[in-house]
Amino acid sequence: MTKNINLTLKVWRQKGPNVKGRLETYYANDISTDMSFLEMIDVVNEQLTLEDKEPIAFDHDCREGICGMCGAVINGRAHGPEKGTTLCQLHMRHFSDKDVIVIEPWRARAFKIIKDLVVDRSALDTIIQAGGYVSVDTGGAQDANSIAIPQEIAELAMDAAACIGCGACVAACPNASAMLFTSAKISQLALLPQGKPEAALRAIAMVNVMDKLGFGNCTNEKECEAECPKEISIINIARMNREFLKAGLISTVK
Amino acid sequence: MAWITETFTTSIGKKILMALTGLSFCGFLTVHLIGNLTLYGGQDLFNAYVEHLHSLGPLIIVFEWGLLLLAIIHILTGSILFFQNLKARPVRYKVNKNAGGRTLGSATMPYTGFILLLFIIFHLLDFHFVDHTTQTVYQIVSNSLSQIGLATVYIFAVVIAAIHISHGFWSLFQTLGANHPKYMPLIKNIGILFSLLIGIGFGFIPIFIAFIA
Repeated sequence: MTKNINLTLKVWRQKGPNVKGRLETYYANDISTDMSFLEMIDVVNEQLTLEDKEPIAFDHDCREGICGMCGAVINGRAHGPEKGTTLCQLHMRHFSDKDVIVIEPWRARAFKIIKDLVVDRSALDTIIQAGGYVSVDTGGAQDANSIAIPQEIAELAMDAAACIGCGACVAACPNASAMLFTSAKISQLALLPQGKPEAALRAIAMVNVMDKLGFGNCTNEKECEAECPKEISIINIARMNREFLKAGLISTVK
Repeated sequence: MAWITETFTTSIGKKILMALTGLSFCGFLTVHLIGNLTLYGGQDLFNAYVEHLHSLGPLIIVFEWGLLLLAIIHILTGSILFFQNLKARPVRYKVNKNAGGRTLGSATMPYTGFILLLFIIFHLLDFHFVDHTTQTVYQIVSNSLSQIGLATVYIFAVVIAAIHISHGFWSLFQTLGANHPKYMPLIKNIGILFSLLIGIGFGFIPIFIAFIA
C-alpha cells in the first residue's frame, strides 16, 4: 500500500575530481513509497534548488534498468539491497519511515569521480575498444541459418551479453576488479562462431588493458555476481580464464 | 620467451600461479596428514614412518626445496595481489556491507595466509631445525605438544589453515577455469570436506599427544 515516509540521507558531495568530498546530511520528507530511488533524489534536488543550493549530481538515463547509466552504493550495497535491479528499479517501498540512507559513488581507482555521485566509467569502454568486437568483412550477406548454433550456447552468450556496463561489479568487488565485466564481454563473443577467429587476440588484449587501467585482481569473492543487476554469473570469469590460458599458452598470438 | 612472463604477470596469470601452488599445498597437506596419522599408532609406528621417510634421501631434499620454491611463489604473488588490490580502491566506502558472496574464508585470505606463514616458520624452528641426534622425532613432537601453550598455538594454526582452504580449494578450480554446472557443486562440497578433514585431522593431534598419549 502506498504511504509516505520521511528519510535522512547522507549523500557523498564532491565538487570535482581533484577536490575532497564528504558526506552531507539531507532530509527527504513525505516521500511516496511508490517512487523509485532516483525519483526520491529528484524530489530532494527540487527542494535544494528552491533553497538556492547545488543539487546532487547523479547519472541516469532510461530509468527502466536497461541503459546502465545509473548506480550508487546505498548503505554499502551497489544499486541498493534488492537483487537483480539497477538503482532506478529500486523502489522506496523497500525502506521504512525514519531510515538513514548513506549514498556513495562507485569507488575504484579506475573510476574517477566527476562530481558527487557521477563517476567516469570510460575505463570500461577502453576495455571494449581493446577487443570487445568482431571484425566483419564486407560482401554478400550469407543465409541467416547457415551457421548452426545450439540453443544452449545462444542462451549462454545472451546471458553474458545482458551486461549493461553499469560498473556495479567493480563497485561491489572488495578488490575493485573488473573481471566480471571483462569476462562477460569476452564470453559473449567467445561462445559464438563469429567471435572465434579473434578469440585469442581478444582475450590477451582485453585482459592486458584491464590490468593497465588500474582495476584490482579477482579473488573469487563472488560479490560481483551477487550485486550484478543482470545477475551475470562468475562462470564467465572461469571461461575468461580458460580463454586467456588458451590464448597465452597454446595459441600463436603474442 | 617473453610470452611466459607476459602471461603470468597479468592479473589472471598471477591468479593461476596462486591456484597451482595452492593445489600443490593441498596435495602436500594430504600426504603430511596421512603421515601424521601414524602418531595415533604410538611412538614406534611414528618413528618407523619418520625412518622410512628419511630413507628416501635425496628425494626428500628435492621435495623440501620444491616446497620452498612453491611457498616463495605463493607468498610473493599473494603479497603483490594484496597490495595491488588495496591500491585499486584508494578511497574506501564509509559503509561496507556484503551482498552474500563473501565468506569468512574468502574475506580473510591474505590475513589467514600471513598467519600461516608465521606458523610455518615457527613450526620448522620447533620441529625441523632442532637437534635430531639426541632425541627421536616422536620425542621432539611430544615434548612440544604436551605443553598446553604450544598445543594451543598448533590447534589455532590448524583452524586458520582450514579457513584458508575453505575458500582456496573451490577458488583454485574456478581460477583454472574448471567451473562446470555439473561439477562445481561437487568441488565446493569436496573443498568444505577437505578443509574439515585438515582441521580435524591435524587439530586432534595436539589434543591426543597432550591428553591421551
